[in-house]
Amino acid sequence: MAENNRAVVKLKEKFSASIIDVVEFRGEVTVTVAKDAIMEILSFLKLSLQYNLLTDLTAVDYLGKKEERFMMVYLLYSIPNKDRLRIKTPVSEAECTIPTATTVWKTANWLEREVFDLFGIAFSGHPDLRRILMTDDWVGHPLRKDYPLQGPDREPYKGRLS
Amino acid sequence: MAATETMTLNMGPQHPSTHGVLRLVLELDGEVIVKVTPHIGFLHRGVEKLSEHRTYHQILPLTDRLDYLAPMSNNLGYILAVEKLMDVEVPERAETIRIIMAELTRLESHLVWLACHALDIGAMTVFIYAFRERETVMEIYELISGARMTSNFFRVGGLSQDVPDEFVKKVGDFIDAMPGYLDQYEGLLTTNPIWLKRTVGNGIISAEDAIDIGLTGPALRGSGVDWDLRRDNSYSGYDKYQFKVPTGENCDTFDRYKVRLIEMREACKIVRQGLDRLKPGPVLADCPQVCYPPKENVYNSIEGLIHHFKIASEGFAAPEGEVYQGVEAPKGELGFYIVSDGGNKPERLRIRPPSFVNLQAIEQMSVGTMIADLVAVIGTLDIVLGEIDR
Repeated sequence: MAENNRAVVKLKEKFSASIIDVVEFRGEVTVTVAKDAIMEILSFLKLSLQYNLLTDLTAVDYLGKKEERFMMVYLLYSIPNKDRLRIKTPVSEAECTIPTATTVWKTANWLEREVFDLFGIAFSGHPDLRRILMTDDWVGHPLRKDYPLQGPDREPYKGRLS
Repeated sequence: MAATETMTLNMGPQHPSTHGVLRLVLELDGEVIVKVTPHIGFLHRGVEKLSEHRTYHQILPLTDRLDYLAPMSNNLGYILAVEKLMDVEVPERAETIRIIMAELTRLESHLVWLACHALDIGAMTVFIYAFRERETVMEIYELISGARMTSNFFRVGGLSQDVPDEFVKKVGDFIDAMPGYLDQYEGLLTTNPIWLKRTVGNGIISAEDAIDIGLTGPALRGSGVDWDLRRDNSYSGYDKYQFKVPTGENCDTFDRYKVRLIEMREACKIVRQGLDRLKPGPVLADCPQVCYPPKENVYNSIEGLIHHFKIASEGFAAPEGEVYQGVEAPKGELGFYIVSDGGNKPERLRIRPPSFVNLQAIEQMSVGTMIADLVAVIGTLDIVLGEIDR
């Protein structure tokens, strides 16, 4: 159960005001936290609860589905304890920036560059925030929901006509 | 003494030792590397974006094309994630065949790594031998799926079809012969003074740094971290198999070479155990909401045809929620993170490619060494640009 998860227990003790939601689905625990506490929580998880490997860092665009458009997702893994934890935090379109996690895990460097490139979320304090997959002069952020699948200057795909 | 200035050298994207379209901008002081700036994205096809516009069954062929040297490992990671989302039980025979194929894929991927890595450092003979053995795995691929690389063989809930009768013999023969071939490669390399000069002490990265930069798979185990997803977070029934997880000590290219070679021997043992466990039975789950119907039903009954049409055109609606499934792919942890909003297409499909994260370590592992050692570092990281750029 999510309530008994070792990380959830500690997080509720220490950061109860910042926790928005705790969900368990198919045995995976997801904790949604407020954006202003994200750095404190991530460093706490790494230093005190041994989540030493940042498996993945990505974003989800909930355009028109949620109040805050983007959701940042951090997938943590603890090599000593062999367990996973997912931390999410909402990021609004108006204030599309979040502190970098590179100070906690070096892995975050390229992963954040990818999120910056494909979603347009900026990371404050990032050492090298450039596009990574698209070219430097690319306009737009392809993984945003309002970016057309066929590219910006082509007719939208209408399905097979035959 | 006269002041020296550094020189900028462009390496790639068309370069034989960058394993695809990797471009490195090097800053050199004579022949010593001062700075490495990788430029990637030349093979970006937008797989994650495309996936948001396809049903869950239709995404599967896209995953073949990520790490094209290990297609079935990608297929496995993706279908396990979807099966977790849909809560589907897979029949035992399908699970066993999946493990046999995943381990053969590991052999295949490591053979290509060994061949290219050795070729880059100047040992041409191994290249020819390793590709000869890889060809056998390709033939097994072709035998069961009809394709040598774009296998698209697994299905959500099982397999697309059962394997033909000659499969067991063909795989068994290959697995019996493989340890002898591995001895051959080791005879050519392990005590070869040139090989040792090029690999011992090259690309050193400590265990702590390796975890911090996010290395996974053989690259991490070469630094002495005893961690393997197949054993520690078992999936697809790997907990029923016995195998050792090799680790290195000196954190260098030679140790990563040793780790991968032992992994290949262990893969042979896992395949052997899989062949011994293989019992007749169904290869697709009995779950009509999610799975394709058997082909006999499609051809012979109207219900079967309608069922096939529904699954092929509409797919199935997944429950609202999000899952992550990581598998121990040959190159490291390959993860699929699916966010579902309750529709028949994923709201978001995120692929966590091992090569992308591992490539980040290139600067740390090569600064201060000679330019020729950088080539060995690229080889030892075992990257494939198909999954870096997606």
